[in-house]
Amino acid sequence: MAEGGGDMSAPIASLFTDALEFIFVARESVTGGVQVGGIGEISSLTANHMVLSAAAIAIACVIALPLGLWLGHVGKGEFLAISVSNIGRAVPTLALIAFFIAFVGIGFFNVLLALILLAIPPLLTNTYVGVRGVSPDAVDAARGMGMSEPQIVRKVELPLAVRSIFGGLQLSAVSVVATAILGPLASVDTLGTPIVSVNVYGQAGLLGAAFVVAALAILVYVLLTALQRAATPAGLKASGPSLRDRLRRIPFLSRPRST
Amino acid sequence: MSALALPLAQLDIRSRRGGTCLSEDGFCPDWIVDNLDRYVQPLLEHLYLTVISVAVGFAISFALALLAHRSGWLTAPVSALTSVLYTIPSIALFLMLVPITGLTALTAIIALVAYTQVFLFRNIINGLVNVPEETKDAARGMGLTERQVLWRVEMPLAVPEILAGLRIATTSTVNLATLAFFAGAGGLGAQIFQDITFRSNVVVAGGLAILLAAVFDLLILGGQRLATPWRRAAAT
Repeated sequence: MAEGGGDMSAPIASLFTDALEFIFVARESVTGGVQVGGIGEISSLTANHMVLSAAAIAIACVIALPLGLWLGHVGKGEFLAISVSNIGRAVPTLALIAFFIAFVGIGFFNVLLALILLAIPPLLTNTYVGVRGVSPDAVDAARGMGMSEPQIVRKVELPLAVRSIFGGLQLSAVSVVATAILGPLASVDTLGTPIVSVNVYGQAGLLGAAFVVAALAILVYVLLTALQRAATPAGLKASGPSLRDRLRRIPFLSRPRST
Repeated sequence: MSALALPLAQLDIRSRRGGTCLSEDGFCPDWIVDNLDRYVQPLLEHLYLTVISVAVGFAISFALALLAHRSGWLTAPVSALTSVLYTIPSIALFLMLVPITGLTALTAIIALVAYTQVFLFRNIINGLVNVPEETKDAARGMGLTERQVLWRVEMPLAVPEILAGLRIATTSTVNLATLAFFAGAGGLGAQIFQDITFRSNVVVAGGLAILLAAVFDLLILGGQRLATPWRRAAAT
C-alpha cells in the first residue's frame, strides 16, 4: 500500500499538504491519461458516499425504530433486542461486506443491504433500552389519563426515549459512513475509491480521501448531536439527573419494579 | 501495494454451480482443510494486535479514570474527546497515521488503543461513580482511609461494570483489527481482502475473526465470575 505513493521518505508535512491539494485541484493520475481528484471528483464521491449512507440509515430506522418501540412497550424480546447488538458488534464490518460480495454479489443494492444490516443492531437495542428505561409510573399516569396504548408509545415513551434512540442513531450513522469506504470493493464508487484504487489515485489521493471521510463522519456526529438537542423535550433538556432519577427521588412515586 | 491494487474487474466473475469448486470461488471444504495453515499467521497477528491494544488501552483508561474520579471535572472533557476519536472512521485514522509512524503494527495499535478508550473510560468511571454513597460512608465509619475506600470498596464493586467495558472494547478491537491491514499490520482482514470473492477464504477468515471475539468474550466473562465471588453467593 505504501508503495502506491512511493514517496514514504518525503517529509510528513509535504505528504499532508499534497493530500489537501488533491482535494481541491485535479491532477493527472498515477497511471497517466486521466485527471483525478480536485473539488469536482471529491464532491461527487462525497455525494455518492452520503446517498448510500443516508439510504442505509433511513431504511434501518424504518425497520428498527417501530420494532424497538413495540418490543420495549410490551416488554418482550429482551434477549433478541440485546443480543442482536452483541452479535452485530462481533461480526467484523469487513467480513460482513466480504460475505455479501462473495455470496450475494456486487453492486449498489448489495452494499446497501450490508450497511442496513450493520445499522440495525445499535438502533434496535438503544430504542428498546430507551423505552424500557421510561419510568413505569409515567406510563401508568398516562394510562390513568385515558391514553390509548399507541398514544402512550407516541406521546410518552418515544419522547422520553429520544436521548437513547439518538445515541443508537449516532453509533449506526458513524459506522455506516465509515464502512461505506469499502463500497468500491463491490464496485460502488464512494470516498473509498481513491483509497482502494491507490494505484490510480496515488498516495495523495488516498490520504486526501481519508481526510474528507474523517471530516464527514465528525460532521454527521455533530449534526446528529444538534438534532438530538432539538428533538429532546424541553423538560428533559435541563442537564443534571434524568427524569427517571428525579421521579425516583419523590418517595411515594418510587416503588421497586416488578421485573 | 498488491493488497490494495486488487483489480476491481475481477469482482465481476461470479458463477453458479457446476465445474470445479475452486474455479468458481465456491465454498470448498476440501480446500479449507488443505489450506488451514495459511490462516495461522494472520490469526496470530490478529491476536497480537488485539491483546496489545486492549492491554495498553486498559492501562491508559484506568489511569485516566482514576485521575478523573479524583478531580471530578476531568470526566466530561475526556468523555467528549474519546467520543470524537471514536467517530473518526478507523480506515481513515489508520491511513492518516501511516505517514507519521509508517506501515507497522505500531500504527495500527495506536489507532486501536484510541478506539478502546470510549468504552473503557466510560465504564470504569461509571462503575466507580455508581458505588452507593452509603457503602462508602460505612467503610469510612469502619475507619478506612480514602485510599483504602478506593481500592477495597469502590474498585471491587466497580468490577462488573469495568469488565463489561472490557468485553465491549475487546470485541470491537477484534472487529476493527480486521481493517488494520490498511496500516500494514496484517491480521485476518488482510487475508479476507486478498481474495474477497473466494467464498471459502471469506468464510474461514471472517469466521476466525468472529470466533476470536467469542473466545475473548467468554474468557472475560469467566474472569468476571472469578473476580466477583459475592455475586455468585448472592445468586444462589
